[in-house]
Amino acid sequence: MSTRLSPTRVALYVLLVLISLVYLIPIYMTFITALKPPAEINLETAWIPSRHLYWASFADAFNRMFPNLRNSLILTFFGTILSALLGSLNGYVLSKWRFRGANLIFTLMLFGMFIPYQIILIPLFQTLRNMHLYGGLPGLILAHVVYGIPITTLIFRNFYVQIPNEVVESASLDGAGFFEIYRRIVFPLSWLGMVVVVIWQFTQIWNDFLFGVTLTNHEWQPITVALAYLAGGQAVQWNLPMAGSILAALPPLLIYIIFGRYFISGLLAGSVKG
Amino acid sequence: MRSRKDRLFAILVLSPSIVLLGLFVYWFIGQTIYISFTDWGKVAPLAAHPPIHFVGLENYKTLFTGILEGRFRQDLVNTFFFTLFFVLGSIGLGLFLAILLDREPKGKGFFRTLFLYPMSLSFIVTGTIWRWLLAPRGGVNVLPRLVGLPALRFEWTNSRTQILQFDWQDLPKLTVLVVAAVLAFLVVRNLRRGRKWQGLFTGIPAVGLVLWYVFGGDLIPSAGLLFPEKHGFNLAIIGIIIAAIWQFSGYTMALYLAGLRGIPEELRESARIDGCNEFQMYRRVALPLLKPITLSAVIILGHISLKTFDLVFAMTGPDHASTDMPSVLMFIRTFRGNQFAIGAAIAVVLFILVALVVIPYLFSALRARSST
Repeated sequence: MSTRLSPTRVALYVLLVLISLVYLIPIYMTFITALKPPAEINLETAWIPSRHLYWASFADAFNRMFPNLRNSLILTFFGTILSALLGSLNGYVLSKWRFRGANLIFTLMLFGMFIPYQIILIPLFQTLRNMHLYGGLPGLILAHVVYGIPITTLIFRNFYVQIPNEVVESASLDGAGFFEIYRRIVFPLSWLGMVVVVIWQFTQIWNDFLFGVTLTNHEWQPITVALAYLAGGQAVQWNLPMAGSILAALPPLLIYIIFGRYFISGLLAGSVKG
Repeated sequence: MRSRKDRLFAILVLSPSIVLLGLFVYWFIGQTIYISFTDWGKVAPLAAHPPIHFVGLENYKTLFTGILEGRFRQDLVNTFFFTLFFVLGSIGLGLFLAILLDREPKGKGFFRTLFLYPMSLSFIVTGTIWRWLLAPRGGVNVLPRLVGLPALRFEWTNSRTQILQFDWQDLPKLTVLVVAAVLAFLVVRNLRRGRKWQGLFTGIPAVGLVLWYVFGGDLIPSAGLLFPEKHGFNLAIIGIIIAAIWQFSGYTMALYLAGLRGIPEELRESARIDGCNEFQMYRRVALPLLKPITLSAVIILGHISLKTFDLVFAMTGPDHASTDMPSVLMFIRTFRGNQFAIGAAIAVVLFILVALVVIPYLFSALRARSST
């Protein structure tokens, strides 16, 4: 292919730049609105940035949503770690210790990540209430861990399958047992799988809304729920929800920018290959 | 050798997850199905031991034919159009972006990162931002003013216009027509590929259905409503479709990019030698090879779109009938209205729709796994 600037090449770049603008416009609008003094916000001049940068909206949004940010951090931390741990062990068994019916069990497990959660929401709500876990973070973490098992198991299994069975066999001939093989061989050889799973689960749990809005009471709501209610009123001051959106988007966005490659691996793993 | 003890460990390690998923997925699904056959919610729904009676298919009758739940039927229509345009749009735009990046422009990595970043955002963030962008008197509508043109007047999510209206009573008739159309398509395809017998086998029922529709239209049962009921495509959904495509087109782009990378250069080269230009190369060589990817994309996006909840909640709030979806109505009936049985029935309908899409896909993946 020639690298000289042929007309089709120019058209390619023009198209790419135009499309990029479409993807960037929402960010532009979010920032200029978040940085406007409330008095200057009106629909007619929505696209024109203010001359005075007004940072107070961020402080205001942060103060209002601080408890929710804290909730989301706790929730995401424990939810991610626990579901990654379970997924890693499951993936190890399902790839290196296959038994009869293992594939069927794996498929039945995977089904859990495709269901619309509405189909389990009422019994889940009842069960958590009976266990006195409704309303707070432990119940929400439990839900995220359980419904995270399918995807974490899938990603880990696909990583572990790539480890040659001979390596495992020779280790077991040397007398290494179930846990030793996991600790000494399987886990160290596929720490990338852990990175992919942690990034994926972090993003998923941080961004979740359905479980957050149905399983917690006001005090323990995650950030997405707080943002939805912050923006939901009729007479909204738009600087505040925009600043709130930036706060809520920042953690997963930073992770995406830093670890983009691993995020994409997780994304593609969701389409059930292998 | 692997000892017996270790095999036992393996099962023991897996069993907590099996038990948890067994309970939280399969047992809970069973419970929801059971609840949908009861009247839980009629009397004292939140009591410690609410009075619950078995009522059979009563809730489903209410949803599909009752006067009170016309909103549910419109929700199904909304979901249908939302899914159709969201899936088509995301796949079309994603494929287009992937082909642009496959031309190896400078800064390919940058563009890929840019087109994919919306995927890392929460639907709530996307919805909040797009709600502001699609404000009827501001946002996108006043954009033309910046270059001196008049503002757009479309009301976006506040629009009350409904097009492609049909009477819900005619749904069985329309179904006959749609099935006939699909069969007719298959006939043409079979005949063009020279499969006469298959063509005949699909042709006979197609002709039969058309005849039924034309001559026996009155014999096709109606949908069982007491009164005619108009439903159609609410234009208010367009805004939500745009936001959803903005968020997901990067995903299909990533899927297609991975697929395009797998097409060997020799194949492209031989297509060029055969006189294909670049466009024909993509059409004749790449697209057929990408078919499995398109299929997974349709299934993944289709089931995501059936489940859409957060985006609607954030863009219009849960009480906006013209953009409502079954997932949102289930939330309102269950957690606002404490009508648990109706909520469960809506969830079951939603579940069946998703299962129809996902189960064949999962089983084909299982077969592929078992054969290796």
